[in-house]
Amino acid sequence: MELIELNNIHKTYQMGEISVPVLKGISLTVAQGELVALMGASGSGKSTLMHLLGCLDRPTSGEYWLEGEEVSRLSADERALLRNRKIGFVFQSFNLLPRTSALDNAAMPLSYTADHLSERESRRRAAEMLERVGLKDRLDHEPSRLSGGEQQRVAIARALINRPPLLFADEPTGNLDSRTSVEVLRMFQQLNEEDGITIILVTHDPNVSRHAERVIHIQDGVIVDGAFSSKEEPAPAQTLSAAPAAKARVVI
Amino acid sequence: MRALRRNPMRAMLTTLGIVIGVGSVIAMMEIGTGSSSAIKDAISSMGANVLMVVPGTAASGGISFGAGSVTTLTPEDCEAIRRECPAVRDAAPMVRARTQIVYGNRNWVPTQLEGTTPAYLGIRDLTVAEGSSFTDRDVLNTNKVCLLGNTIVRELFQGESPIGKEIRVNNISFRVVGVLGSKGANMMGMDQDDILLAPWTSIKYRVTGSSLASENQSATSGSSASVNTLSNLYPGGPSLYPEQSATQAADNPMPVRFANIDRIMATARSSQEIPAAIRQITDLLRERHHIRPGQPDDFNVRDMTEMTNTLTSTTTLMTNLLLCVAMISLVVGGVGIMNIMLVSVTERTREIGLRMAVGARSRDILRQFMVEAVVLSLVGGALGILLGHGGSLLVRLLLRWPVATSPAAIAAAVLVAAAVGIIFGFYPAWRASRLDPIDALRYE
Repeated sequence: MELIELNNIHKTYQMGEISVPVLKGISLTVAQGELVALMGASGSGKSTLMHLLGCLDRPTSGEYWLEGEEVSRLSADERALLRNRKIGFVFQSFNLLPRTSALDNAAMPLSYTADHLSERESRRRAAEMLERVGLKDRLDHEPSRLSGGEQQRVAIARALINRPPLLFADEPTGNLDSRTSVEVLRMFQQLNEEDGITIILVTHDPNVSRHAERVIHIQDGVIVDGAFSSKEEPAPAQTLSAAPAAKARVVI
Repeated sequence: MRALRRNPMRAMLTTLGIVIGVGSVIAMMEIGTGSSSAIKDAISSMGANVLMVVPGTAASGGISFGAGSVTTLTPEDCEAIRRECPAVRDAAPMVRARTQIVYGNRNWVPTQLEGTTPAYLGIRDLTVAEGSSFTDRDVLNTNKVCLLGNTIVRELFQGESPIGKEIRVNNISFRVVGVLGSKGANMMGMDQDDILLAPWTSIKYRVTGSSLASENQSATSGSSASVNTLSNLYPGGPSLYPEQSATQAADNPMPVRFANIDRIMATARSSQEIPAAIRQITDLLRERHHIRPGQPDDFNVRDMTEMTNTLTSTTTLMTNLLLCVAMISLVVGGVGIMNIMLVSVTERTREIGLRMAVGARSRDILRQFMVEAVVLSLVGGALGILLGHGGSLLVRLLLRWPVATSPAAIAAAVLVAAAVGIIFGFYPAWRASRLDPIDALRYE
């Protein structure tokens, strides 16, 4: 089943009189349980595409089907609920709340879920998630006392707290050294393999995209290659990805 | 809530604006209410609550003789007012005279030579500076004792202590039992220390022997009574007027009221109760004087309207002044809150973006910032109440200013603090909730 299906998506920004087309007819699919990298130079429309995919923004035209639901015309509040339930975000600069313990940071999205959990239940779930990302003994640490890799793992725990099927990572290793980058990327692979979470890595770094099963290249607002999962269509002739062999998909 | 704890310094400074605002309001209100009531007391002590009951006017053939030209009030009326009018704190009868007083080789004519009861001292807020007041027993026994004002003491005694000395009032010997505290001139410039107070019975029966008749020439009806009394006091003197025949006496019956008094001084319990007191006195006296409905009163009740007006305008002015000060400090506090909240929104733009990215709707963001603002202002309000109360207590202890705790001011301050939080917290919260998550996340 296709988790994501984009159909001829256009996004045009209006700068006063001039309209600047950023995405010019994007169509792509992402299947459930894939680990995809979205690559492109800066200014290629990569971030805009990620914002659209992450339901942070609406396309000017085109269709966006997420889990069989057309979401391109939802209101801001409906998209907020959707993000809360279905999408997790990991950012380059971690974006943790300062002077707040790792546990509270990870539990933060729970305060916006529709079915409110009790304080104890949310703490239990946050602790469970942090344990999952290997921060069992860092629950009470504030971000300033955590290393970069640990901070990013807190951010991953936060992204996963609502058990979303889809996880976006926007340059997740941009602020990390190469060794911790590998650790974090391993963690993404592990989450993808063990929990079947669909992960989209947004990056410009070939070293990062190497960890993905498939790489979508975007250039000047159009997709150059990798738009469709290899399952349905034959793999494009030329791909930069040296992805590991296809992984067994865990169906949720 | 946690967000506030994360930045205690900023939260504290924000709160400080409201603390100072509310604190100054509370302190102002308490000190202001205190001084306002002190001013009120001061004005009241000048006699703002005093009601004067004077006899009505006599008229003959369309010619009115003016107020006090008939004598209709009795000491019993005064007693009844004192007993039966709930709005009246106290009442005293008054008999006036104007005559010469002599001590040794000096003499003086006091402007106020008044016979009354000891209650009069309380009504006029007079104090006895030296010696003691005469008593109700002195009134009952027509004792020849008196209290002197400072001016008379100065004029007659010249530095000597007057206590225990005998002065002659209209050739009757009175013993001075006390000296009144100085009051200075009243609003009309009349010297209030030029006063002699004695039991009204003594003044009436021993000094004037009559009522206003002796000083009011238009009150011809009383003149022969006064003559009669004089001849009673000094029997054997020559008769001033021809004796009335029995027929004449039957044709012109003299109103025989041996205990007329010139006026009744009463004081209302408070300035608010003055109208009630006037109404009660009027009703009571009409009943006692058997005046039928529709008939005019045979007395007048006067109040010190001028003073009452001064009093109300002073207190209104005071209250308005305080209100202005209160408003200004609260607006300053509110602007402080808005300022800090705006800074906070800007500073936490990325946090807002993140919260939106993980699923916070704009109304969640709005609520979060509103809660922060309201909590800040309520905590500030609570601290402000303590500060203001402490401040006013300190003022009372150190400066000995009168201070009155006002629960209304406290309640208002709490409400206003919450309102300030909501009003001035709304704009920054609204700004935060309108942020675009993408821009907010990208914000540096």
